Amino acid sequence: MIIEIHKLYKKFNNLPVLNDLSLNIDKGQTCVIIGRSGCGKSVLLKHIVGLLKPDKGKVLVNHKEVAGLSELELSSLRSKISMVFQGGALFDSMNVTENVGFSLIEHTHISQKEILERVEESLSLVGLGGIGNLMPSELSGGMKKRVALARAICIRPEIILYDEPTTGVDPIAADSINELIRSLHDKLKVTSIVVTHDMKSAYHIADKIAMMYKGRIILEGTPREIRESKDPVVHQFINGIAKGPITEAVDNFK
Amino acid sequence: MFTLFFMDLGRKVISFMYFVGGLTNLAVQTLYFTFKPPYKSGRIIEQAKKAGYDSFPIVSLVALFIGFIFALQTAYFMQRIGSELYIASLVALSIVRELGPVITALIVAGRVGASNTAELGSMQVTEQIDALETLAENPVKYLVVPRFIALGIMLPILTLYANIIGILGSYFICTIKLGITSSMYMHVTFTSLLYKDLFTGLFKSWIFGMLIALISCYEGFNVEGGAVGVGKATTRAVVFTFIMIIAADCFFTALFYFIFP
Ligand SMILES: Nc1ncnc2c1ncn2[C@@H]1O[C@H](COP(=O)(O)OP(=O)(O)OP(=O)(O)O)[C@@H](O)[C@H]1O
Ligand SMILES: [Mg+2]
Repeated sequence: MIIEIHKLYKKFNNLPVLNDLSLNIDKGQTCVIIGRSGCGKSVLLKHIVGLLKPDKGKVLVNHKEVAGLSELELSSLRSKISMVFQGGALFDSMNVTENVGFSLIEHTHISQKEILERVEESLSLVGLGGIGNLMPSELSGGMKKRVALARAICIRPEIILYDEPTTGVDPIAADSINELIRSLHDKLKVTSIVVTHDMKSAYHIADKIAMMYKGRIILEGTPREIRESKDPVVHQFINGIAKGPITEAVDNFK
Repeated sequence: MFTLFFMDLGRKVISFMYFVGGLTNLAVQTLYFTFKPPYKSGRIIEQAKKAGYDSFPIVSLVALFIGFIFALQTAYFMQRIGSELYIASLVALSIVRELGPVITALIVAGRVGASNTAELGSMQVTEQIDALETLAENPVKYLVVPRFIALGIMLPILTLYANIIGILGSYFICTIKLGITSSMYMHVTFTSLLYKDLFTGLFKSWIFGMLIALISCYEGFNVEGGAVGVGKATTRAVVFTFIMIIAADCFFTALFYFIFP
C-alpha cells in the first residue's frame, strides 16, 4: 500500500490549515509526522481515510484518489486501513469486546468464538487481556487509548494511522506500544503513519520523519537526518526550545 | 434598527434553507439504506423498545388526563344546550383525528427526539461517528435507519393506544359524573367514528414519527463545539420538530379534508 499526498489544500473558516502539502509514504514504511499542536496533523490523517475532502489537491492510496472512490470502493479501502483516533473514539454504548471486534462482527461471517479469540489476541497485544466486559466509561484515559489501538489492529489492516498513540499513556505502556508498532512493521509489513510529540519514540519507530509547519512538510528524512538538521525551525522543535523562529512571530507581537 | 432586523431575518431564512436542504439529503440517504439489504433487526428492536415501549407510561398518563379534561370542557357547553350525549362523538373524533396523533408525537419528540440528538451529538463531538466511518460502517445506515424504522412503526402504535386511553378517560367522566350510560357512550362513539378518521390519524402519526427521527438525527450529526453544542442542538431539534409536526399536521389535515370530504 502506498500513500501519495499531492498538493493537499484545506481551509477551515477561511484559514488554510493544509497549504499545498505533499508527502509520499512507501509500502511497509513507518512515517512519523511531527509538528506543533494545532498545525493540522489530525486533519491530514482524516484526509487519508476520506473523512475530510480536500479543497484542492489529492490523496492517493494505492494509486487511487480517495475522494473519488465510490461507496463500495471506499468501504473496501476502509477494511484495509485503520485509524487510531487522538481521543480514542470508543463507542460508549458498547463494551470493550464489542468495540474491538466491531468490524469483524459487522462485516464478516467469522464465528463468534473466533471473533472472541481475535479480540482477546488484539487486547493482549496492547497489554490489556481480560477486560473485555468493561464499558469504555470504566477505563482510564490510557486504557482507552490502548483499546482504540486494539480495535485498529483487530481487522489486520495493511495501513494504520496512529494519532498520538502514546500521549497520556504511562512510559512503560508507551514503550510497549512503540514495540508493537515496530513489530507490526517488521513482521507484517504494515504501512504506518504515526503522529506523535514524543521525539524519543519518533526516533525509535520511524523509517522516516516528516516535520509539518505552516500547512506544509518543511523537511523529511531519516531520524538521523532530522536529528542533525541545521534547519532552525526543525532544530527548535525537536529540541523543544521556547525561543526560536517558530515562536518569533508571537514574540514580535508582544 | 430596521436593517438590523432584516439582516437577522435574512440570516434565519438562509439557515432554514440549509436545514431543509440538509434534512432532505438525510431523508434520501435514509430511504436508500432502509430498502437496501442486508437488513438487521437487532438495532431496530432496541430502538423500538427505547422509543416506543418505554414511552407507554407517559403516553398513558397524558392521554388519560386529556380524556378527562376534554370531556369536562365539552360538558360545560353541551350541558347548556342539553346535548351531553354528543360529548362522546366530539371527544372520539377530536382525539382520533387530531389530538391523539399530535399529542403523542409531541411527547415522543420531547422524550425520544431529544435523546437521539443528545446521543448522536455526543458521538459526533467525541469522533465516534468518524470512527464508525473508518470502520467501514455508514453512520446513516447504522444510526439513523434503525431509529427511522422504529419510530415509523412505534409512533402509530403509540397513537392508537393513546386514542383508546383518551376515549377511556372521557368515558369515565361521562359515565361516572354526567350520568350517561356505558352502552350509550360506546354506541355513540362507534357510530360517529369512521375508518377514514382512524386511518388519517395514524397516517399522520407515521409521518410525524419519520420527521422526529430525521430531524433529531440530523441535528445530532451537525453538532459543533462540544457539550455546549450538544445542548444547543438538542434544543434546536425539539423546537424544529415541534414546528414541523404542527406544519405537517396542518398540511395533511387540509389535504385529507379535500381528498376524503
Ligand atoms: N472540523 C473542523 N472545523 C473547523 N476547524 C477545524 C476542524 N478540524 C480542525 N480544525 C482546525 O484545524 C487546525 C488543525 O487541527 P488539528 O486537529 O489537525 O491539529 P493537530 O495538529 O492534530 O493538533 P494536536 O497536536 O493538538 O492534536 C486547528 O486550528 C483547528 O482549529
Ligand atoms: Mg491532533
